[in-house]
Amino acid sequence: MLTFPQMGNLERLLGDILERLEVEYMPPPKTTAKTLALGTKHAPEFSCLPLKINIGNFIEALDAGVDTLLMAGGKGPCRFGYYAELEERILKDAGYDFKMVTVEPPSMGFARFVGPIKRVSGKSTRQIWKILRASFPKCRGFDFLEKKALETRCFELKIGDTTKALKKAMDILSEANTPVEIKEAIDAGLNVIDSVPCDKDRLVLKVGFVGEFYILLEPFVNFDVEEWLGNRGVMVDRSVYITDWIGPSAKNPVAGTSDAELAEIAKPYLGHTVGGEGLPSIAHTMLYAREGFDGVIHMFPFTCMPDTIAKAILGRVGKDLDIPILHFTIDEQTGKAGVATRLEAFLDLLAGRRRALVN
Amino acid sequence: MQGYLGVDVGSVSTNLVILDEVGQVVESVYVRTQGQPIVAVQEGLQQLEAGLNQAVDIIGVGTTGSARHLSGVIVGADIVKNEITAHAVAASQEVPGVQVVLEIGGQDSKIILLDNGVVVDFAMNTVCAAGTGSFLDHQSARLGIPIEDFGKHALKAEDGAMIAGRCSVFAESDMIHKQQVGYGLEDIVFGLCQALVRNYLNNLAKGKDIKTPIAFQGGVASNSGMKRAFEEALKEEIHVPKHHAVMGAIGAAILAKEEMLLDPRPTAFRGFATAKLDYRTASFACGGCENNCEIIKILVDDKVLARWGGRCGKWEVDHIRRQNLQPVGANCSTCEE
Repeated sequence: MLTFPQMGNLERLLGDILERLEVEYMPPPKTTAKTLALGTKHAPEFSCLPLKINIGNFIEALDAGVDTLLMAGGKGPCRFGYYAELEERILKDAGYDFKMVTVEPPSMGFARFVGPIKRVSGKSTRQIWKILRASFPKCRGFDFLEKKALETRCFELKIGDTTKALKKAMDILSEANTPVEIKEAIDAGLNVIDSVPCDKDRLVLKVGFVGEFYILLEPFVNFDVEEWLGNRGVMVDRSVYITDWIGPSAKNPVAGTSDAELAEIAKPYLGHTVGGEGLPSIAHTMLYAREGFDGVIHMFPFTCMPDTIAKAILGRVGKDLDIPILHFTIDEQTGKAGVATRLEAFLDLLAGRRRALVN
Repeated sequence: MQGYLGVDVGSVSTNLVILDEVGQVVESVYVRTQGQPIVAVQEGLQQLEAGLNQAVDIIGVGTTGSARHLSGVIVGADIVKNEITAHAVAASQEVPGVQVVLEIGGQDSKIILLDNGVVVDFAMNTVCAAGTGSFLDHQSARLGIPIEDFGKHALKAEDGAMIAGRCSVFAESDMIHKQQVGYGLEDIVFGLCQALVRNYLNNLAKGKDIKTPIAFQGGVASNSGMKRAFEEALKEEIHVPKHHAVMGAIGAAILAKEEMLLDPRPTAFRGFATAKLDYRTASFACGGCENNCEIIKILVDDKVLARWGGRCGKWEVDHIRRQNLQPVGANCSTCEE
């Protein structure tokens, strides 16, 4: 029985791939305060929050009876690349018995990507390739539904309708299997969200959401900021989506700007990658400023080097391009009340600027 | 006469003010919260009513501070606002043209930058006690001088003793060291003010343009030693508004006034008699999902006034407000020409 970390909608995406691979799996219980407490207890204090939550997820799944952990590998200056290795050691030291399956990105050599999947599923490279190609449009569909919900929620007449519609749309897509079914399910899902009663004429603030990947994707750690803002009539544009990140290309079709374009945009401020989402955080903020967004929210885990670098540079970007940026450094100590107070004040600031602009 | 009530319930103090229709302070009170926000609000309301020399008809109520939602339910608020916005609004009225607001409260501190009355940037510290009023409170107790006399001593100092202020624990051991090598009380007291100011500026003001006029408010602004330390560090004049200790409450009252002009309606104020009601709070674990959130209920006479604490909003009594982008005065009956 295999499990994997919780992160946003990863459960739906990986679930589909694992079912097609005919691998028995069980997602970890949803991330809660208990997950975080378990992770914090076993992880080094200065590791970042994603590692702590991964470990908590794995412990809860191991306690529930799984024996194999699936984790992504990676290379590069962000610590994430060795989290699989680190998690394996921490959990084995804690006395757990399991097998760790680390899937490296294809850029580290195709064998290191496909090899572990072969061993876990018993499928051939050809079969795996076919399965991934069949599943990927569906995975991408989930991202498009999320994006659509972000664009809709701020206009809804009744708070909560879009969130319900999004869940319904995702459930429809979860049932789809063949290419034709997937295409129809995506259209049906988009329709479900589109039919939420809305007042499209209402004036809304537009806020871009940048920062570290895991924090952006996991509502438990970002205090559900997308829904919080949407409920208050603020349109949110998220800069990162799961399939853009794990997709085999650097084109980022969901968010809409390729890695090469991002590097080109960020050049005046940062001429090389600094790992993680450091460079994209800067490039996306610049794009949001150009597109006339009211403000940007930048979130990242405490001790995350790439986005700490980005934060320092964003100070100048914000000044030069005249766009307000609110930074949040998140760890297990971050309190919900403090985040809400700053967010409320930030919205007042943005609304005040908008009014001053109109007058 | 008619007036607006502003309530600011913070960690250390609970402040209430009544403004008249043109925004002048009619009456204000400052009581210690002492971990009991409901009792503090009720106590404040009683003192406020007792201090009035004529009957005031409250036509709008605003609450702010870390207990803004709770106090909003208790008094019946027409608007509930965060303390950053409230302080900015109050400073704009009390210090014309203000560009920077330095605010130090009991357990948090903030800096707010304004441009033409519009907030353009802010920062708030809630994690480090070494940048807040409780740090001075604690050290003055150690030195055996009442916090009220702190400023008087600090002003007598020629030069402050250099005290490590990055962390309140290190500051304390450094202060003891300075006492033991023979520094005078005045120098140590002023040194503590300088340490707090250094910490505040490092934590909150880094990279921000500090333009004049600068307002210094919050309970700590009563301390003239702090004003002097800020003036020496920034090399600018610092304005301490007359009602500096209750600026959050003034801001809440001004916001209530704006709200009632924008959207005229009868106030939700529950009356001064609310001070005598028996409010209770109770909590329970939801159990509806894995999060098992703890839900808080506010009751009066066994009737539930409000509930909150859940992640999903299932229990919340709706207090979500959509951000209003209408220009101020758009629906305002009094400014139609």
